[in-house]
Amino acid sequence: MDWVVVLSDGLRTALGPQAAAYALLAIGLNVHFGFTGMLNFGQVGFMLVGAYGVGITTVTYGGPLWLGILVGLAASLVLALIVGIPTLRLRADYFAITTIAVAEVLRLIVRSSSVQDITGGPFGLQSIAPEFQRINPIPVGSYGIGRVSYPHGQLWTLLVTWAVALLATLVVILLMRSPWGRVVKSIREDEEVPRSLGKNVFSYKLQSLMLGGAIGAAGGILFSMGSQTVNADTYQPQVTFYAYVILILGGAASRFGPLLGAVLFWFLFAAISTALRQAARADLLPDFMSAGGSIGATVLTLVGFALMALMIFRPQGILGSKKEMVLGAR
Amino acid sequence: MQTYREETRLLRTRLVAAAMGAMWLVTVLVGVPAAAAATAPAHAADTSLAPPGRILPAQQESDEGIRGAIRDGEGEPVPDVVLIVSDSDGNEVGEATTDENGQWEVGVPGPGTYSVLLDEATLPEDVELRDAERNPLEVRVTSGRTVPAVFQVGEGDTGRQQLESIARATANGLKFGLIIAMAAVGLSLIFSTTGLINFAHGELVALGAMLTWYLNVGLAGDGGPYIPLILAGAIVILAVGLFGGGLERWLFRPLRRRRLGIFQLLIITIGLGLAIRHVLLLVFGGSPRTYRDFVGQSAVSIGPISLTPRDMVIMAASALILAAVATMLQRTRTGKAIRAVADNPALASASGIDVDRVILTVWITGAGLAATGGIFFGSAVSVDWFMGFRLLLLMFAAVILGGIGTYYGAMAGGIVIGLVTELSVLWFPSELKYMWALLALIVVLLVRPQGILGRRERVG
Repeated sequence: MDWVVVLSDGLRTALGPQAAAYALLAIGLNVHFGFTGMLNFGQVGFMLVGAYGVGITTVTYGGPLWLGILVGLAASLVLALIVGIPTLRLRADYFAITTIAVAEVLRLIVRSSSVQDITGGPFGLQSIAPEFQRINPIPVGSYGIGRVSYPHGQLWTLLVTWAVALLATLVVILLMRSPWGRVVKSIREDEEVPRSLGKNVFSYKLQSLMLGGAIGAAGGILFSMGSQTVNADTYQPQVTFYAYVILILGGAASRFGPLLGAVLFWFLFAAISTALRQAARADLLPDFMSAGGSIGATVLTLVGFALMALMIFRPQGILGSKKEMVLGAR
Repeated sequence: MQTYREETRLLRTRLVAAAMGAMWLVTVLVGVPAAAAATAPAHAADTSLAPPGRILPAQQESDEGIRGAIRDGEGEPVPDVVLIVSDSDGNEVGEATTDENGQWEVGVPGPGTYSVLLDEATLPEDVELRDAERNPLEVRVTSGRTVPAVFQVGEGDTGRQQLESIARATANGLKFGLIIAMAAVGLSLIFSTTGLINFAHGELVALGAMLTWYLNVGLAGDGGPYIPLILAGAIVILAVGLFGGGLERWLFRPLRRRRLGIFQLLIITIGLGLAIRHVLLLVFGGSPRTYRDFVGQSAVSIGPISLTPRDMVIMAASALILAAVATMLQRTRTGKAIRAVADNPALASASGIDVDRVILTVWITGAGLAATGGIFFGSAVSVDWFMGFRLLLLMFAAVILGGIGTYYGAMAGGIVIGLVTELSVLWFPSELKYMWALLALIVVLLVRPQGILGRRERVG
């Protein structure tokens, strides 16, 4: 087995644009789940409205990119209001089910061929946001060391996405130090306490939902700009679950947990995939594991077990503190 | 080994392609009306003559095309209907006439959007388009594909037909609803006794369906014996029930002892679901499968409803099982213990009920019922690795609609969800049918969060 290839494949994916977009998703979830204690299982829905906001504005209506980004972010805020106002009064587990259902309804709608004129239906939209690559200041070429290198287009996407992820991290750190953040964290610990101090808990939860949703939408926007396509089948409910794995791996309610989690998750994902592929080629795996799509299935099985093991043995993840993981206090 | 349908389909494609060059020959060979050959695209210029009885090899066949079949309300093919295909600029690229099987096909020069116009004047007098607005029909042809264009035609008098399709959809919805209800009962019981929403419950459904497929079909392929569906189902229901019991005994009970929070347990069930789902994908592959027994039955009509004997048995068995579980909960000692634990575990424990044993019983029963639902669903439709997750959201919808934790609520909710899903197809595209169930879930949570039959306790 060629360990250099395995490690460099892992590293390339871990630093790549996809990992950065997932980091944004997880930062948004951290606001919802880590700091406010809301079990949002529909984060992929926010990602979807962001991506389709850009796609529909730039492709279907031929609008400029900046407008598309604004539309995507605005759509995520509207979604947060529509979802949040009626459902935030529900108990946490019902909130979870409602959000997963909302995200799935959104996916089924944009995927439907009755709106094919607008969303592209099952085919999605192609060559969205061409301006993004047009303003790419990086000269044509490939950058990096050995296998860990990116073509200029990907490098541009990667730099912008990681920059936005860092910015979002900074915003969240500052907010959580502010009085607003203290109220939000006290909601997580025990809703009745801030309520008894005269805080409008519902309003704080709604604001938190909007903030985290917008950060998730930013992930969707940058992801679609990087891949230049939007397709409804990208936004399956599992995406939310991967974001949870990332968040819990890095450490929920920690400042840099989502960033570390995203890098680590995608490093392991890609490295294990490459290792398995090499093992399959060397006939080291049983037949059923080396067939066509089986490598992905194997890795995702491991992801499932890893999520369970994490939750059982180290629910605070790598950077989190056990004191802040008062899961299910209610 | 190709199936007969594939063969005829291949034959037809080749024929049409060949017809582009040698129309008359094809006409002689199979008697397709000459017009079916469509106007030949410029690049298809095969003029060679094959010996009679042999199919011409397709040469320079255009890869893209549009095809379809016109059938009237009774499913009888409608021949001699003219269809005209134009590109997005309005230029005609081809024309076809349906053959005696009602089928037609037109080759197009490349990928793109085409409009297909059905010439209504060529329809027989007693047949008309169901939806006149969907003519011409926009069709998007992707690279290398022959894309279907579907026109729905029927008799002029649609009143009776509408009644029939409503009756059919209702029967289907009831069947589907009973299956969902059965699978969802376990979800509801587990929640009411332990407070856990089991996100891996759908995987128990899929596990039951897939293992049964393996015993019924796959095992014989691996050189093993063929096990009849009913026996295979019985074995698998038992096995999945024990698997559920095992999960409780060796996973969830120790975790409860460690006082893990409800969020943590919930995320653990998500991980468990993810793992089981992908193990199924790994072992059985991604394509949908069907069982070997009870397929291809012809429907028996009772009044306006026509159902296959298989579907009738499924519905009767589901109803019987649901009734049996209801009786068990109401009348037996175990049932009373389950209800006591659901009501107040501490009090139940204080009055001498072995709470852990009750929960174990609930897990075994729930998992067994989920597997039964999966087997029935697989028998009525098909089985695939992802079916559990698809059904999970519908099961959530069912239990929440009815009021989670209430047994009759799960039943009622399941039937409502089944009916909503199947009846929506009458008016809306079928690709959206699960969406209506999820919308029903969202609306119920907003309007009456405790569900139809539930008590008011879930507002936090």
